[in-house]
Amino acid sequence: MLWLLFFLVTAIHAELCQPDAKNAFKVRLSIKTALGDKAYTWDANEEYLFKAMIAFSMRKVPNRGTTDISHVLVCNVTQRVSFWFVVTDPSKNYTLPADEIQLAVRMNRNRINNAFSLNDQTLEFLKIPSTLAPPTDPSVPIWIIIFGVIFSIVIVAITLLVLSGIWQRRRKNKGPPEVDDAEDKCENTITIENGISSDSLDMKGWHVNDTFVTEDERLTPL
Amino acid sequence: MACAPGPDPLGDSRGDERPKWDNKLQYVLSCVGFAVGLGNIWRFPYLCQSHGGGAFLIPYLIALAFEGIPLFHMELAIGQRLRQGSVGVWTAISPYLGGVGLGSLTLSFLISLYYNTVLSWVLWYLLNSFQQPLPWGSCPLDVNQTGFVKECEGSSTVSYFWYRQTLNITADINYSGSVQWWLLVCLAACWAVIYLCVIRGIESTGKAIYFTALFPYLVLTIFLVRGLTLPGAAEGLTFLFTPNIQTLRSPRVWLDAATQIFFSLSLASGGHIAFASYNPSRNDCEKDAVIVALINSMTSLYASTVVFSVLGFKAASDYGRCLDRNILSLTNEFDFPDQSISRENYAAILTHLNATQTETVVGLHLESCCLQDFLDKSASGTGLAFIVFTEAILHMPGAPVWAVLFFITLFTLGLSSMFGNMEGIITPLLDMEVLPRWVPKEAMTGAVCLVCFLSSTCFTLQSGNYWLEIFDNYTASLNLIIFAFMEVVGVIYVYGTEKFCDDIAWMTGRRPGFYWRMTWKVVSPLLLLTVLTAYMVVMIPTTMSYRAWDPQYKQFPLRQEKPYPGWVQAVCVLLSLLPALWVPTVALAQWLSQRRRKQESVQQDTRLKLQDSVAC
Repeated sequence: MLWLLFFLVTAIHAELCQPDAKNAFKVRLSIKTALGDKAYTWDANEEYLFKAMIAFSMRKVPNRGTTDISHVLVCNVTQRVSFWFVVTDPSKNYTLPADEIQLAVRMNRNRINNAFSLNDQTLEFLKIPSTLAPPTDPSVPIWIIIFGVIFSIVIVAITLLVLSGIWQRRRKNKGPPEVDDAEDKCENTITIENGISSDSLDMKGWHVNDTFVTEDERLTPL
Repeated sequence: MACAPGPDPLGDSRGDERPKWDNKLQYVLSCVGFAVGLGNIWRFPYLCQSHGGGAFLIPYLIALAFEGIPLFHMELAIGQRLRQGSVGVWTAISPYLGGVGLGSLTLSFLISLYYNTVLSWVLWYLLNSFQQPLPWGSCPLDVNQTGFVKECEGSSTVSYFWYRQTLNITADINYSGSVQWWLLVCLAACWAVIYLCVIRGIESTGKAIYFTALFPYLVLTIFLVRGLTLPGAAEGLTFLFTPNIQTLRSPRVWLDAATQIFFSLSLASGGHIAFASYNPSRNDCEKDAVIVALINSMTSLYASTVVFSVLGFKAASDYGRCLDRNILSLTNEFDFPDQSISRENYAAILTHLNATQTETVVGLHLESCCLQDFLDKSASGTGLAFIVFTEAILHMPGAPVWAVLFFITLFTLGLSSMFGNMEGIITPLLDMEVLPRWVPKEAMTGAVCLVCFLSSTCFTLQSGNYWLEIFDNYTASLNLIIFAFMEVVGVIYVYGTEKFCDDIAWMTGRRPGFYWRMTWKVVSPLLLLTVLTAYMVVMIPTTMSYRAWDPQYKQFPLRQEKPYPGWVQAVCVLLSLLPALWVPTVALAQWLSQRRRKQESVQQDTRLKLQDSVAC
């Protein structure tokens, strides 16, 4: 019975709903992309649900509270699945302005998507841009938090090392003084040859670089 | 010399004052860490792939055998023998060659400035990796919140994040812009970490190196396992290793192989000499040199496998998405059922449609998807790490984990190389006793780190990346080759081959064989001279230009090629020549002071003769 009525209505008002008609919108669904194996087939019942959702959205617009399912016309359903729809006024003589339909759909986009288990990308209303999700910026960016942690650990470690170095040096200064004196004496008497301190050259098997015996030695003063 | 020979303990205790490695492993790991750096990840794979794949290994191994290992052995040997940093060693070999040491010191300083800036970028990316979704995965919304920022839509999310949200780069090098606070803060943190590790010289780096040198290998292995299991990895690896012998005809390939092995081993910058100077005198430096050089080369190959398996995955997924976009266009246009065209039958369906409905298909402006094109989009340097790789990671499941691992690896790799650079600065300064003895070492290293940090703040300006490229291209290349050449000539012909071989025989217990003597005397100097001339021949005619990121550019997102302004060109020339100028300057100063001393002693002689004659 419903089917008969459905076809009757579309037959009478076929000219109102056409591709690229005034105030008509194209809808494209990608059910298989969204749901994979759990995809449902698009049949007349799904169409009925769609019309119901559009009627529901229109009822939320001021002054359009009396919109009925029969006022929503769907045509040119393809295998894609894509189709065009318009919303007519109660007299079914003319279509409602595109702005109102756009407003209605945008306000209830989420509910419409959820009714079909789809999202903005898989249930597309061409010419109705979806509102982009506002950026979820936390009050403090995450990188600053982690940076704070790492930096404080590094500063604490540096302070500890510097303090321990100072403490060690103080302990060494208070420590055995005699060994230091003997070493100092040795340092004073170790001569410097050729500008190289001899300690840096191991004595066992060290070869003197004869080229650089200083010229002073050759020109010994009388 | 009353004290030194007498009781050996006293001689040894004086030698004990020079810090030494806790054990051999620390020393080897430090050398390996210094040699293995960011270049192994992002320079070698690119060179290998663009210069004929597997065929590139031929010039690479030849350069390794005849240039890399001999020079490396020589540096370790003289550092270990003379037990001084670079300045002390070259002054000891000949006072006229002291400039080589000072030049190495300057070079280490300049290199550490820009190297640490790169590390600060890695740190910035690391800090931003601890979030899901990753910040470089999506464009930010524009002011009205109706769409995405235009610059981001025009290029790509990763490019936008790198050029705008990280660098905030200007369109021209003339416009310096302001200091970017987040980069400055990351730079400060990096220098703080460096200071923490080098605070007591090798005492502290020796402990840190266990982690920083070994951790990258662990992560590379994890990445290898992950990378090889990704779809498209096989294509990437075939692309990398397929040999193309024809490329070996181009001299550019040989030049690149020679310079790559050179920079990869970090020769002639003084770091290895510094490390070796803390060794006990009797240590087998020949074995060390061969082991470290081989580990470095094998790490390069290992890293290339990882990089190209991930790049293959990226190319395959880009190709897949290109196909999907075309399929969607076709499906929408011809109202085919959803998911009716798969990637496999896309080609057949396209040809059929092209034949039947040519006009409509042409009107769709489908992209031409070719896997080879996507594979060819490999990059090197910062482009690889911060643009290509980050995009690849976005498509891996569990992206933040891989991003964190990747950037920690880069950070530790760069950190261990920085240790070598810093030791190349600190050890000569300590040996020259620039600061009085009572100044503690912590203060000295702190002062060095502070000076380096303040100098490198210029890279945190908005034009910083352009300046960093200048430093990267012009500072090291020419100077290092000049210094290496002077090193070989200095040791072989000034110090004397026989004496050097005797020293090595004493240190290692065996005389260097024919291979070593031949490479030191003939092959390496010749190779270096060839590389030097080839470099000058290649570099001098090329116009000095850079590629600027300009959103206003007509062909955006391609980067605009702009020539350097005159003053910048002057800076480039200065950077290329200044460190090398130390050599003639010091030689001249030494010659002048010798002449003055000779004149004074001649004058003293004549005065004494006059006195004698007067007395008689």
